[in-house]
Amino acid sequence: MGSAISGSAASLPSRSERSFALLYFALAAGLILVLLWAIASGRYQIPFGTVLSIIVSHLVAVKATWTTTEAVVVETVRLPRVLAAAIAGAGLSLCGAVLQAIFRNPLVGPQTIGASSGAALGGVIVIFLVGFGPLVQIGAFGGAALALVAVLALHRSDNLSPILTLVLAGVVVSAFCTALVGLVTYLADPETTLQVIVFWLLGSFAPSTWLHCGLIAVCTAVAAAVLIGMRWRVNVLSLGDEEARTLGVNPGRDRLILLAAACLAISSQVAVSGTIGWVGLIIPNLARMIVGADNRQLLPVSTFLGAIFLVAADTLARSLTPAEIPVGIITALIGTPIFALLLRRTTRSGAA
Amino acid sequence: MIRIENAGHRYGSQHWLFRELSVTFPSARIAAILGPNGCGKTTLLRAISRTLTLKEGIIDIDGHVGFVPQALTADQSYSAADMVLMGRSRYLGRFSSPGRKDRERAYESLEEVGLVALAEQRYDRLSGGQRQLVLLARALASDCRVLVLDEPASTLDMANQGVVLRLLLRLASSLGLTVLFTTHHPDHAIGIADTTLLMQRNGTHVCGPTGEVLTEGNLARMYGVPVRRVDVHVDEETASAIVPLHGLRSKAPDQPLVP
Repeated sequence: MGSAISGSAASLPSRSERSFALLYFALAAGLILVLLWAIASGRYQIPFGTVLSIIVSHLVAVKATWTTTEAVVVETVRLPRVLAAAIAGAGLSLCGAVLQAIFRNPLVGPQTIGASSGAALGGVIVIFLVGFGPLVQIGAFGGAALALVAVLALHRSDNLSPILTLVLAGVVVSAFCTALVGLVTYLADPETTLQVIVFWLLGSFAPSTWLHCGLIAVCTAVAAAVLIGMRWRVNVLSLGDEEARTLGVNPGRDRLILLAAACLAISSQVAVSGTIGWVGLIIPNLARMIVGADNRQLLPVSTFLGAIFLVAADTLARSLTPAEIPVGIITALIGTPIFALLLRRTTRSGAA
Repeated sequence: MIRIENAGHRYGSQHWLFRELSVTFPSARIAAILGPNGCGKTTLLRAISRTLTLKEGIIDIDGHVGFVPQALTADQSYSAADMVLMGRSRYLGRFSSPGRKDRERAYESLEEVGLVALAEQRYDRLSGGQRQLVLLARALASDCRVLVLDEPASTLDMANQGVVLRLLLRLASSLGLTVLFTTHHPDHAIGIADTTLLMQRNGTHVCGPTGEVLTEGNLARMYGVPVRRVDVHVDEETASAIVPLHGLRSKAPDQPLVP
């Protein structure tokens, strides 16, 4: 167990730093490969090399060997969509990891604080009233923010077990929002808006343009800077409020900042592509199996893995069948069996 | 130094746990708090470590408190070194993570409690005694001058009780820390505490030098169980033990104490 007592203090950090550097290199390489594969595949197949030259041509001068159609497909159809999927996956997974840490529960996800269903409600109301358009994004933002405020207000009324009441408040607000979504869907015109609402709720990156991509990129970048920046505070909060206080940290304010940042990332994802479940719940657990519970590594690794996962899922969604499958169905189909395995594993290791 | 003046607390409108509690625990000394379950020991500790605000009175401490909770739960899968690093959090801004200096301080603290060899082990895979020592190292890593421990030796086997008690003795004498701990073992107080505070369920208390306060009479009046104090001389050393005599007829507990 302790073979190198005196030497361990100096040598261990550098050794683990080297293996982490290797891991991040592998994750970055994996993400780039998945992105290239995603851009190359689809009904209109484009060779790998051509995809690479089209993208590189924006950075350095390359002799054009591709057709205009290929350039259009890569630049205006697939690239924004693939990047939006990568950023959405990264954001969901990062938020899931943070939420699991601060609620001290590995089975918590972005839906738990009510932000996802709040955003869905906001988006659905906008589609119902004025139809699909840029306003959907603002509606989703508003809905997610209101849901978060409602959750925090419910949570405020009890000081005895703040962590439990926060999760329960999220469940209550989610259920309320989902009921209202059902009501709006019921009232929607089956000839026109109903289809749009249903497809948007199932989740899809199909309508992604550079505008969508820019919106989700900015929101997720801001949120990620806050969440990953506070990675050590996330560690401290994961010990519980009382412990955090004895360690000289004010848990209330830190949690509020983290929740607001998570809400921003989640709502921008819902606005761009509708609700996509399971990513934010499964991926942080996979990442935890690889790097352990320390959020200094867990948060960035979850971010990378989430991006890789959702890009792959979205690519499968549009290339498995001639007609596109909503990506939310793919993530649920992949996510639920993994979740079942995870559940077995956690309960078994807990018993051992 | 810990100065407590006119402290009193109750939860909601329940009866007062304690009231008009005024004691001073001197610097670089060890103090113990004894009392039956539910007398307010843990409440007082939480007030001292600033995780609870008293209904009455003030608590004056030079510097911040290094609080060592009971190592009952082990749902944390951080490494022992990372758990100790958490003690550095009060010196880190919201957006910063521990650096090289913090890591060196954490390993120093682990060395202090004799656990450097287990630094990279997962906290939830350590034994109860080792977890207690890790939490102690975490408090030390926060550079506190006052160390407050909630029943540090209660769940440990006899060997580990000895390890923790000797460690507290050394921290007070060589590092000059003010140590305050709660316990259900009068032996632990007699073994290392200079001052002892006895708290009663009816809200009264007695505080003074351990030898004068922890008498056979006071312990019997507090717990309702007759006890004998046994002084043992081995070679040059003398040690005392409190032996509870559960076989004798018990008396009513919570009788008034004699200062």
